[in-house]
Parts: sequence; structure tokens; C-alpha cells
Amino acid sequence: MVGSKNRVVLSVVLISLILVFFYAPIASLMVFSFNNSRSLTSWAGFSTQWYSALFENREMMQAIWVTVIVALLTTVISTVVGTLTAIGISKSRRIIRELIINVNNFPILNPEIVTAIGLMLLFSSLQIEKGMITMLLAHIIFSTPYVILTVLPKLRNLDPDIAEAAMDLGATPFQALWKVIVPLIMPGVISGALLAFTMSFDDFVISYFVSGNGVKNISILVYTMSKRINPTINALSTILVVIITVVLLIVNLAPLFKKKELRGTE
Amino acid sequence: MKVFGNLVKPYLFWMTAFIVVPMLLIVLYAFTKHGNSVMAFQFTFDNFGKFIDPVFIKVMLKSMQVAIITTVVCILIGYPIAYIIANVNERLQTLLMLLVTIPMWINMLVRTYAWISILSDSGLINSFLAMINVGPIKMMYTDFAVILGMVYNFLPFMILSIYTSLAKMDRALIHASYDLGANQRQTFLRVIFPLSLPGVISGVTLVFLPAVSTFIIPKFLGGGQYMLIGNLIENQFITVGEWNFGSAISLIMAMIIMLSMYLTRRMDKDIVAEAQGGNKW
Amino acid sequence: MRKLIEFKNIVKEFNGTLVLKGINLVIHENEFVTLLGPSGCGKTTLLRILGGFLSQNEGQVFFDGIEISKVPPYKREINTVFQRYALFPHMNVFDNVAFGLNIKKQDKDTIKQKVTRMLKLVGLEGYEDRPVTLMSGGQQQRVAIARALVNEPMVLLLDEPLGALDLKLRKEMQHELKKIQQEVGITFIYVTHDQEEALTMSDTIVVMNQGEIQQIGTPTDIYNEPENRFVADFIGESNLIEGTILDDYRVSFDDQEFECIDAGFGENVNVDIVLRPEDIDIVPVELGKIRGIVKSSLFKGVHFEIVVETPYREFIIHTTDNAAIGSEVGLHFFPEDIHIMQKMGY
Repeated sequence: MVGSKNRVVLSVVLISLILVFFYAPIASLMVFSFNNSRSLTSWAGFSTQWYSALFENREMMQAIWVTVIVALLTTVISTVVGTLTAIGISKSRRIIRELIINVNNFPILNPEIVTAIGLMLLFSSLQIEKGMITMLLAHIIFSTPYVILTVLPKLRNLDPDIAEAAMDLGATPFQALWKVIVPLIMPGVISGALLAFTMSFDDFVISYFVSGNGVKNISILVYTMSKRINPTINALSTILVVIITVVLLIVNLAPLFKKKELRGTE
Repeated sequence: MKVFGNLVKPYLFWMTAFIVVPMLLIVLYAFTKHGNSVMAFQFTFDNFGKFIDPVFIKVMLKSMQVAIITTVVCILIGYPIAYIIANVNERLQTLLMLLVTIPMWINMLVRTYAWISILSDSGLINSFLAMINVGPIKMMYTDFAVILGMVYNFLPFMILSIYTSLAKMDRALIHASYDLGANQRQTFLRVIFPLSLPGVISGVTLVFLPAVSTFIIPKFLGGGQYMLIGNLIENQFITVGEWNFGSAISLIMAMIIMLSMYLTRRMDKDIVAEAQGGNKW
Repeated sequence: MRKLIEFKNIVKEFNGTLVLKGINLVIHENEFVTLLGPSGCGKTTLLRILGGFLSQNEGQVFFDGIEISKVPPYKREINTVFQRYALFPHMNVFDNVAFGLNIKKQDKDTIKQKVTRMLKLVGLEGYEDRPVTLMSGGQQQRVAIARALVNEPMVLLLDEPLGALDLKLRKEMQHELKKIQQEVGITFIYVTHDQEEALTMSDTIVVMNQGEIQQIGTPTDIYNEPENRFVADFIGESNLIEGTILDDYRVSFDDQEFECIDAGFGENVNVDIVLRPEDIDIVPVELGKIRGIVKSSLFKGVHFEIVVETPYREFIIHTTDNAAIGSEVGLHFFPEDIHIMQKMGY
């Protein structure tokens, strides 16, 4: 079977090429963040000088702080709001359910730039001063629909009588929510929270339009600095890539460990 | 249960204030005259009239062209990759899809910025070419660089979408096709490909939509002079301060996107209808 | 028996359709009551109103003499076995059964004791640590029953609990449920569309159709003396015949006059008549009250199902003796086998 052997070789080559295409730029970006010169193309020895420069740069540290605080607050608030709303949606009448889901789809289907200018116009009409508050508010507004969208399918898979069963057995609505529904949809809530975190952490377009000159998150900083090549950006980018990769690995590997644990008890 | 149904009530207000009202504001700004006072707006079509200008029409056509080329390239590369991944063993599938999706989570600016040092005149590619005495080839600030940047950023969406439709396909259908005497080629063309089309179509929307509206990629890789609709909107809002005209352009862009999504959905339905009822003997 | 639950003029509508059209029903202590009817007849709605998961548009529900419409489900001394069991998939068998007791904050030893006793009652000793998701339908069913009963409710509601089980298991569970009900000695309200289930287990059957109660009675009453065409048709197989009651104890159908045992319908009134297939006998032509030709005969395991054609209609007959297809036979029945019902209003 020469044909199938050739096909295997071709497959391996194609997959390797695509992985090189995906990862080579990121790898070179990370490698040159440790370069001992300003150049991003020729290697002049290992150094962490750009990282020191990064940590000494007040503007950059400020941006990191803003990004992290906004991402954490966004995660907590949009996860709580989104999860409760999703539970409400699953128990609502069809008309309300479809109304919310359809309106919710707007920020998901619309280009980010449209959502961004919409919010910018809203904040300026309300005369809310642009800054960290507007950035946070905007992040919560665009993450919550994604949380709802992630949690809803988990609720759909539940036995429709499960909350009733808990209350039938004497649980108050709050107890039914806390002891039965929330534990059962936890995987969805966690992936919703993660989605909210990464979206807020990485966001550029919306933050760019709704925050004023004073407040910058990492993305805005990269945008304003990238006009000239600057290895500090590489250092900053490397940190971002590492954080996101670690988060993704934890999320993707955690279920495997859990499975092992379960197997261990059997 | 009514108790839990009440949980949606706060979000109904939230949604109206933060999703519906901003949309209406864009429409309001698009149809009113310049002047920042919301209370004293004057109705006008001028903002749309202004758009019918060869300069803007050209930007629009260029955006469409770049987005369409990007989408086609993503299909041509994405389909074979997704097909290969869907046909390896399950563990490898999980690993490869993880590798394909990780870049999606990495900051888009960072991913795009990474290409600058590769494509520039003294960048990695050109220094490599210089070693073999070729070049330098100008890549930065060309259509090539912009389309490359878009393909790089949006290809994972296409792969993911096609892969999903291939992976969830019922194996029995493929076996049935072989059983009925179709060879591999015929099985692919007559069974697998038609059944994976919904995945291709959702991939098209996932790629086309950001490609037509992005302003980061053209700015980074196309340079300050490279104008697509996204850049035009950014300029109106950030640099020029013409919010009304900017809103009108956004509205036009949103219309184009909605229209193209509607058309792809129609196409999707037609294809499905044909696949289900077309081959009647 | 003491009156435990009373529904007074319960009306419920969903999006403009009346699902319950004024239900009046009394349920006694220690009674096994079945709400029987086709799907959409309102039986599950009535059960949910009693459980507290739906509220009626009109009418009152009394429990032990107290109006409970405003009492939330978690404060009612009623527990439910749900259609698809609604077991908590993130808990094992023990935690599922102990859920209600844990909510009431009973102490650990009591909980353990009660749960163990209950699992024994439903035949699931030793299954405490099993995840409920790994159990068979029949076992899940038992967990659901134990989880409800462990709270010592005064009433247990069962919403088509056997629907998801296969035929053999369903029969087993029917007997077991009846046994459990007699052991714990509380009221069971059971909802089903399966007439056989209803006839096997109930003390009282409430037949419902289109939001109205058609008949309330013991299984024998319902089967032998259906009050109207719907009940007769829904319960068991029947020969339904339109006829006229000529006078007390005299009825006519198919242009013939027959003796019957019913009186008080008046004179020359149009009525519906039921002749149960097993009440008709096949006899030689000259001994029959009606004669006809055997059209088909199917062996059904215990009896034959024979269809006899007369100039007026086809009769279905259940008998242990076969008859040759095409032969002319006589049909015989006794006056008490003719069940006469008032014509329905619609």
C-alpha cells in the first residue's frame, strides 16, 4: 500500500508545516525577548535586560496592573451575572428566552469595533468620564453574553425537574440553586469564567475606544508602542503568552487528573 | 418555576441599557448632524451621502477583497488540515486541536506584532535570504503581509469549525458508503464533503467577519497608509472626531456583514435541502 | 377514612388554553389514588399544583383542612417521584436519599439509620456508595422512591414513574409499589396513562379527559360500570353501541330488543351501550341472541380475539374457544353484561 504510506507522509508534512506557521512567529518573539541587543533578527547572546527594563517601566507596570484588576473583576462579576441569568433563562417562558438569547447574540455576532463605538457613544452620552470604570463596565458588558452562552447548554442537559426535586425534598430555592444546580453546571461556569478572563485580559478594540488617554491596558500599550520595534514589547508579550498558555494547560489537563483520581478510588 | 424565572429580570434591564441602547445610539448618530449635544440632534442623510465618494468606495471594495481572499485561503489550507486531524486517533486529535486552538487565545496584537520582525526588510526571512544572496524582498506594507496576518490570526477558527463538523460525523455513514461500493474518492466527494459543508460555512462567517472589520492587522502589517473599513472607522472616532460619519460607516459595515451572513445561511439551507432532496431518481 | 386532600373548583390555563376546567376531588388518608387519562388531559398539571410547582388560576387546594395554595413546595408535607426520577447526578445513592434529611439538619446517626432502613425497603441495601448515574432505570426508580419516602411525607406523588421502564420491570414495580404503599401506610397519588397500571394498583381511579374528571371509582366500578363512552373506550377494549332504552330493563339496538338490568334512564332515550369482549360468548347459531359470520380470529396467548360481523357492526369477542373463519355463529350475553351509559354532552 504505497498510496496510503505516501498519504501518511503528506499528512505529517502538512501538519508540521501548519504548526511551524502557528508557532514560529511566537517562538521567535519569545526568543528575541532574551536577546542581548536591540535587534530582533540577529542573536547577540542571552540577557534579561528587557525584562528588567519592563519592570522598571512604570507605564508598563501600570498597564499590567490595570489589565489584571479589570480581568479579575470582569471574571467575577460577569460569571455571577451570566450564570444567574442563564439559570433564569432556562426556567423562563419561550418568548423571554428567545428575546434574551437573540439580543445577547448581538455583541457576539457584531464586529468588536461596532460594539466598541456603541459603548463609547453610550458613555459619552451619559457623560461618564472615560477611564478604568468605563473599561471595566465595557468588559463586563461584552463578556457576560459569552458566559451565558457557555452555561446555557449545561442547563439544557439537566433533568428539567431537578430544581423542583430539591424543593420537593425541603430545599429552599436558594438551597436548590446552591446545592444542586450550581454544582451540576460547574464545568460550564468554570469555562465561562475562563472565557471571560481571557477575553478581558486580551481585549484591545473595546478598551481602546472606551478608555481615555490616562488608562491603558497591556493591549493598548502594545498598540501605541509597536510603531517602532522595541524588545520590551517582546518581553511583555512573552509574559502574556506564558500566562495564557499556563491557564489553558491547567484547564485542559485538570479533567485528566480528575479522571485519574476517580479511577484511583474505584 | 417562577422563582428562578425572576433571575432574568435584572438582565433584561442590563441588556436594554448596555446592548440595545448603544446600537440605537449608533443609528441615531449615523442619521444626525455633527455636534456633540444629543438633545439637539438634526436628522440628515448627509453621512451616507458622504460615503458615496470614490475614495471611500475604494476602501470598502478593498476591505471586501482582502476579506474574501483571506477566507478562501483559510478554506484551502484549513480543510485539509481539519480533515487530517479528524482522521488520526482520538488522543492525537485532542492534542493537535489543542495546539491549533492555543494561538486563538493569545493576544491578537502580540500575534500580529510577531510578524513584523519576520517580514520586515531586515527581518528574519530577508536575513535568511541574504545568506543565500537573494533579496531583499519587500513584504511589509503590502497586501501580502496584510492577508498573511489575517490568515495567521483567523485560520484556527476555520480549522476548528471544519474539524467539529468532520469529527461529529456519523462513522456509519462513511462505512455505508464503502459498503454500497463507493471508493475513497467517491465517498469523500459524495458523502463526507457535503456533510461537512455546514462546518465550512460557519468557518466562513468566523473568518470573514473579523477580517472585514479588523484595523489592527492592516495598521501593523500594512502601515499607516493602508486603509480598510476598520481603519476608516477608527480614524473617524479617534483622530478626526467625526462620530456621525464614523457611525454611518459602522452601520454600513454592519449591514454588509448581516447581509453576507444572511446569504451564507441561505446558501447553507439550500445546500442542506439539496443534499436531502436533490438526488431524487 | 379521613379526608386528607380536597381540590375545589381548580381551573388552570396555559397561554389561553384551559388545561383544568374546574376540578373537584377529594382524596382520603391511606388511599392509593390514580389519576388516569390520555396525555394532555391535565393529570400531571393537577399533580404539580398539589406539589406546589404550579399555581392554579382559580380554586383552592386543602391539605388536612388548610388551604395550601400559598405554601411553597419545600414547606409541604408532600414528596414527589418525578417522571425521569430527577436524581442528583453529582451525588451517590446515600446522599441522594439523605438530601431531604440533610436539609432539615437532622443528626448524622438518625440520617444514616433512616436512609439504611429506606434502602432496605426498596431493595437497595449495600448500594449506598454507588453513583446514581451508573444505575439501571429500575434501580434509579427505587432510589427516587426511597429519597421521597425517607422524609416521611403524608402524601407521595408519583408522576408516571414507570414510563421509562421496560414491560417486565414495569409489572414487577407495580406490585412492589403497591406493597411499599401498604407497608408505609400513606396516601399515594399516582399519575399514568396506562389503564392496566391503574387497574392493578389503585384503590380509587380518577379518569380524566380534556381537563375534566370523567369518573371516580374503584377499579371494578370503572371497568364494569363506565359512566360514559370515553371511560368505556379508554379502559379496556369494548364494543360500543348506540341504542335506545325503551323502558326500565328494556333496551334496543341493532333493531332488536334485549333485556337488561338498568332502570331510571326514562323512556325512549338514546344511550351508549358497552358490551365487553369477554362478556360475549360464541354459541351455536340457534342459541345466540345475535347471529353473524366469523371474520377473523387471532390467538392472543390466553384467549382468542374473534371478530364477528353482523349486518350492523363488527363485534370483538374474547373467548377461550376458537371458531372457524367464515362460519356462522350465534352471540350470547346476559342481561347484566349490557352496560348502559348516558350519552355524553358533546
